[in-house]
Amino acid sequence: MITVTTRVLIIGAGVTGAGLLRDLALRGVQALLIEQRDVNSGASGGNHGLLHSGARYVASDREAAVECREEGAILRRIAPQCIDDTGGLFVAVRGDDERYVADFPSLCAASGIPCRGLDPGTARLVEPALSENLIAAFAVQDGAVDPFMLSLDNISQGLGLGCSMRRNLAAISMDVSGGRITRVRCRDITTGEEVFIEAEIVINASGAWAGMIAALAGRHIDILYSMGSLIVTQDRITTQVINRLRPPADADILVPGGTVSILGTTSIRVSSPDGCRPSVAETNSIIDDARLMLPILERTRYIRAYAGVRPLVSLGPAGDDRAVSRGFSLIDHAAEGVENFLTITGGKLTTYRLMAEKAADMACAKLGVSAPCRTSTEILPSSTLGKWTEPGRGPRSWVESRTEDDIVLCECEMVSRGVIDSIIDEAGAMRGRSMLKAVGMRSRVGKGPCQGGFCGPRITGHLYDRGTATSTQGLAELKTFTERHWRGFSPILWGVPLMQAELQEALYCGAMDLEFGPPPSTLDEESEKCLAAKEQP
Amino acid sequence: MKTYDVMVIGSGFAGMAAALFAANRGLSVVQTGATGGIDFSTGFIDLLAVHPIAEQKVWEDPFAALAALRRDLPAHPYCRVSDDEISLALQEFTNFLGQHGLCYRGRDKKNTLALTSAGTLKPTYLLPCTLWNGVEAREKKANTLIVDFHGLKGLSARQIAEVRKDWPNLKTARINFPGMGGELYPEHMAWSLADPARRAELAEMVAPLAVEAQYVGFPAILGMTDTSIVLRHMEELLGRPVFEIPTLPPSIAGPRLRAAFDRGLPGLGVRTCTQKLVTRAESSEAGFHFTAGSGSTSVDISARSAILASGRFFGKGLKADRHHIHEAIFDLPVTQPENRGRWHRPAFFDPQGHEINQAGLETDAGLRPLGADGKPFHPRLHAAGAILAHQDWMRMKCGAGLAIATAYKAVASL
Repeated sequence: MITVTTRVLIIGAGVTGAGLLRDLALRGVQALLIEQRDVNSGASGGNHGLLHSGARYVASDREAAVECREEGAILRRIAPQCIDDTGGLFVAVRGDDERYVADFPSLCAASGIPCRGLDPGTARLVEPALSENLIAAFAVQDGAVDPFMLSLDNISQGLGLGCSMRRNLAAISMDVSGGRITRVRCRDITTGEEVFIEAEIVINASGAWAGMIAALAGRHIDILYSMGSLIVTQDRITTQVINRLRPPADADILVPGGTVSILGTTSIRVSSPDGCRPSVAETNSIIDDARLMLPILERTRYIRAYAGVRPLVSLGPAGDDRAVSRGFSLIDHAAEGVENFLTITGGKLTTYRLMAEKAADMACAKLGVSAPCRTSTEILPSSTLGKWTEPGRGPRSWVESRTEDDIVLCECEMVSRGVIDSIIDEAGAMRGRSMLKAVGMRSRVGKGPCQGGFCGPRITGHLYDRGTATSTQGLAELKTFTERHWRGFSPILWGVPLMQAELQEALYCGAMDLEFGPPPSTLDEESEKCLAAKEQP
Repeated sequence: MKTYDVMVIGSGFAGMAAALFAANRGLSVVQTGATGGIDFSTGFIDLLAVHPIAEQKVWEDPFAALAALRRDLPAHPYCRVSDDEISLALQEFTNFLGQHGLCYRGRDKKNTLALTSAGTLKPTYLLPCTLWNGVEAREKKANTLIVDFHGLKGLSARQIAEVRKDWPNLKTARINFPGMGGELYPEHMAWSLADPARRAELAEMVAPLAVEAQYVGFPAILGMTDTSIVLRHMEELLGRPVFEIPTLPPSIAGPRLRAAFDRGLPGLGVRTCTQKLVTRAESSEAGFHFTAGSGSTSVDISARSAILASGRFFGKGLKADRHHIHEAIFDLPVTQPENRGRWHRPAFFDPQGHEINQAGLETDAGLRPLGADGKPFHPRLHAAGAILAHQDWMRMKCGAGLAIATAYKAVASL
């Protein structure tokens, strides 16, 4: 069996792991990032893409509020390409708790968070979609961030500085002796091939999976799994982030994301981070609640839903998951007898850089590396890995730089064959079980109104043309891609999306008989434990 | 204002068939409906190939499958039509298409496996004749060349060859389409092949690649209204049998069907209000008053009877809000799952199919949809095609057959 050595092994390519790779690389520390699925497969991909001003936490968690404020300012400076600096509003409607409204400005001030009162009429001029029943509005510095571009840009810089990454590589066991992890046994889940990784330091940045990874070294972390579902609208409903001005609850935020808006969220305790998916009941309850703030949400068209699992580190007996700190946890397992092992989990997208900094500080102290963290001052270079996740880039590039014989494979988002080729070429060594899925993650493919119904078969054809797919494997990948999209698509099927879904089934089953033939790849079939747990009262 | 004998609402397979059958019986017919749905047709006429769907049992003999289905599913709309009626309906329908340039072919009481754009094989009952040599080539596993084109997205010959490893003598080639570059569309290519000189150019490019091939397959682009002429000419030029493979919908199959009806139905006296949906409907004992379309181009129509062939969601015959499914024109009761949580299954490809696909209208034996009181909503309102409840045409492979057969029955019951 092959043994790979590295100074630092980072487990988990969410935004924290990506940030760690960059952080260590900038300090000259060689690191290897491994990921059991793909970049941002967990909570880093399953969230609003909100750049928190901190105002959401002023009442419940002042420390988190301050961190958000500070980190927001840093990210605006170092990674403007990933940020849409929209600004945000906190609004209350008739029936909301007026005491909470009254306390809000002073709570913001106490955390140093800029907050400006607007009269409801002015707020509705700024955002006409807001309800007529508005009773209060405050402007804050919320923004939107593209979490995929952010992770890919962090990884890209790390790779450029000599670090490395492997996708589809799951840590399956750890050898611990003499108070150290001596090696980590990993398995490539696409090929079954196993490798040993020997590292001076192992950093567990696996988010909601942190408890499972810690358990490989015999350590115990109490993690609560809180699933949140979100829904994407077809059009951008507001220019700014809109928050409901009330104690944190379901359906209290709408975040613009390029040409769409993202509405959420829920908070449901689940027993496992695997296999979570949004449900019809959740989408109904989100809309039933949020339409009081933005009535248009009852009539607007939705294009998909998705769910993420927040890792909440338990600090003792807790009631509502929202009462548990959204702040992050950095655990030095040396205290429990494993000297070269640390865990960084919890936290928020907005504070990923700070989390990476603190974890890298601890790792460097153990390694005897004195180089300081540079991630708060060095500009994050815009990479070619991340650029195709940006809404609107496809059409622009098609107009500006198409070559004579290029063709558009994804018509909803105007993604051309040339772009898809460049994504596949760049994915290179990251190539894995479903290239179609990987293309979907790295571009707007499958994110438009057809939800992959037409572009899926077309890109599959192109993968065959390139020789990237052979025998019936391309059809299996198409089915995997379809089932993955179906998770998000099936909860929002009424009105026009239902027509779209019917057309897709007419194509896939009515015309091509794809319900027969090779089954979807089981590699991507996460356990349904979470779903089962959720349905229990 | 003229009062028509029958108003046909819908212009998919069921609507086209209903208009044809009613006109052939001497009735005055007016037809409305957007033609969007038929643009996505594969051109195949499925009768029945899978039953029970949960077992994914595939039948070679569709009439044996029908017998089993009628035994197992007494509410299925196929229980309202006899085998004889089905055969007569298909015959009348394909005769009409044949007269207008679209020849169909199949085997007596046997389904045929047809090659799809994905490279999969689909059991169907009647196929456009231009596909038939492909069926023979595959069955014989003959030396065959499939040609595809730079810039045409709906078909990858290499994909077909990869998926069909059971057909080792299948070779592929990608060429430029003569006289066109960039992104190509089947309809443009098909029209351009109306010119025999263009066909000769194409054949000249293909001939050197096809030296060892016994058959040559193309994406479905061989002509628009003159497919048999184009096909025969290509066969002469290449000196071997030629066939088409359907491309990913929207393909040429839909426009060819539409063109055949556009040519044939007016000659039978059918008045068509194309691209217009019914926006208002009133019924009385005497019959129906409709408004089709909206604004200045809207049309008022009176008819003694009506056939509702408006399709499902994509055809806009059914519509759904966040909680319920409604029938779009008369607000007829729709049999449906209890709540939206039950409309779809967690897996798209679940072999059982999705419950929502069995939703639709209940009817009496004469295909008259039932009102809220469980009795026919109107003595002269009939329904046909996919809007009927208790069938899943996509999984049972019965779309066009069910549409044509129920249209036949609805017209017979007028």
